[in-house]
Amino acid sequence: MKHEDIVAHLKSRFGADGFATSEFRDNRRIIAQPSNLFAVLASLRGECGFDSLIDITAVDYLYYPNAKDRFGVVYALLDSVSGERIYVKTYLNEPELAVRSACSLWQGADWMEREVYDMYGIVFEGHPDLRRILMPEEFTAFPLRKDYPLRGRGERHNFPVLTRAEG
Amino acid sequence: MPLELVEPIAPESPEKEYLWTLNFGPQHPATHTTLRLILTLDGETVVKAVPDIGFLHSGFEKLGEDLNYNQYVTIVDRMNYISPVANEIAWHHVVEKLLGIEITPRCKYLRTIFAELMRIHDHLLNVGAAALDLGAFTAFLYAFYQRELIYDICETASGQRFHPSYTRVGGLMYDVNESFVDKVRAFVKGFPKTHADVTRLLNRNRIFIDRMKDIGVLSKEAAINKSCTGPIARASGVVRDLRKDEPYLAYKDFDFKVICATGGDSLARYLVRMEEMLESLKIIHQAIENLPGGSVNVDSNSKVVLPDQFSTYRSIESLIQHFEIIMPNRGFPAPVDEVYGAIESPSGELGFYIVSDGTERAYRARTRPPSFIHFAIFPDLIVGHQISDIVVVLGSLNIIAAELDR
Repeated sequence: MKHEDIVAHLKSRFGADGFATSEFRDNRRIIAQPSNLFAVLASLRGECGFDSLIDITAVDYLYYPNAKDRFGVVYALLDSVSGERIYVKTYLNEPELAVRSACSLWQGADWMEREVYDMYGIVFEGHPDLRRILMPEEFTAFPLRKDYPLRGRGERHNFPVLTRAEG
Repeated sequence: MPLELVEPIAPESPEKEYLWTLNFGPQHPATHTTLRLILTLDGETVVKAVPDIGFLHSGFEKLGEDLNYNQYVTIVDRMNYISPVANEIAWHHVVEKLLGIEITPRCKYLRTIFAELMRIHDHLLNVGAAALDLGAFTAFLYAFYQRELIYDICETASGQRFHPSYTRVGGLMYDVNESFVDKVRAFVKGFPKTHADVTRLLNRNRIFIDRMKDIGVLSKEAAINKSCTGPIARASGVVRDLRKDEPYLAYKDFDFKVICATGGDSLARYLVRMEEMLESLKIIHQAIENLPGGSVNVDSNSKVVLPDQFSTYRSIESLIQHFEIIMPNRGFPAPVDEVYGAIESPSGELGFYIVSDGTERAYRARTRPPSFIHFAIFPDLIVGHQISDIVVVLGSLNIIAAELDR
């Protein structure tokens, strides 16, 4: 499916104001509402042939120039037959930092969503095993948020201290 | 925010009491890197495998928000340290895509040569270590001799063997000299013999073949659905290679094949890697013989490359430009936007998602690490196999923990 056809298809499904589009270099984006994000992804997966999820990532726009929303979640999709790519983006604000998990659409979403949760605290509802993946389980903060300093804060006293007798 | 743990793993029912749990790693000679598996075993058969990662997490992506587009290259080549220059090329490929810079033909060819040398570099380690784990020690030593030659080539070009940090925005750290060309030519000439030796040592090795065959089978549908890329997807029959599908650098100019297999097992992944090395060698041969002349850096009017020493000292414009790039809070004229770009790294699609706020450093520098995505499929591949097959499947997936955890 060509990009124009995909946008036309999404327009017929979600209406012209159901989503926005933008473009930069060869990246063509669909900007969905958090409420219809899963429906847009499911439509792209089921009807437009995007059978592979390349990446899920998030951005904290806290200090970004002219940003209106705090977080952005980005899904990079690929049609493995035609090689067509599309980027689906949504914006989230505290306290509703939750979107529906895409694990039921692409199995590859599992660890990517865990990493976004680990680094940003964005919850993926319906994820089968949403635990921290890179940081230790005792960790309380979300290190890639912009209000988390580069040098770290409060890590050391959060780690349990093992004595030689216990170890 | 306190951590909310999901349901703990339910205790096994009484009739499954014979299952036992084994901790594999994080320090284990067969993982080659630092990762941990919690295995549930029925005798020697793996019933369940739960990976536990993060032992090497060192906040690379956070550092990417603090270092500028040139400085961060020293961090990215520590991600997949088995093929460092491939990471550097990926990073600067995306940065140049963001800035809208078209690099010079000579730079494209040199980067292509390095990208393909790194593919051989990575596959040699992967094949050699897989053979080592299965007891074929000789092939490992043959592979490592050739890897030393590639380290020598890196040293000749950049002065650094292990982490060359060789690329820069808009070009390379230095142009190469005649000695580099000679060494690459010597490598192209000498490598096929080693490749043939390794092939003969392994492809006719009954133990090696029997232990690889039908182990860790990944179907084509699963490979696509689970986001696999690179040799792992191609071994499962996914005909996809960014070098052909989305040509970058100078790949359009070269004649090479995309190697695919349909088996999807560990043996198919090994065979794909072996054949890919020969295709890479073909590309290196074509590139080194047709190396274009001219500068390796883009025109200094683009305001992204350091002017050469002569003009820095002799002209005020170059001096100002040198100052602008070196001083903090000046630097690159980046658009306020975000972009994803990727290259075909030795282990799969290595992408970066850069969000730029118009300054000289990335506002967000997300890595799409192939090791991370490929390790996620490991539990599905190993279930039902023997405990001794773990090293086979791990070896065939090419997991580099520094890239896995970043």
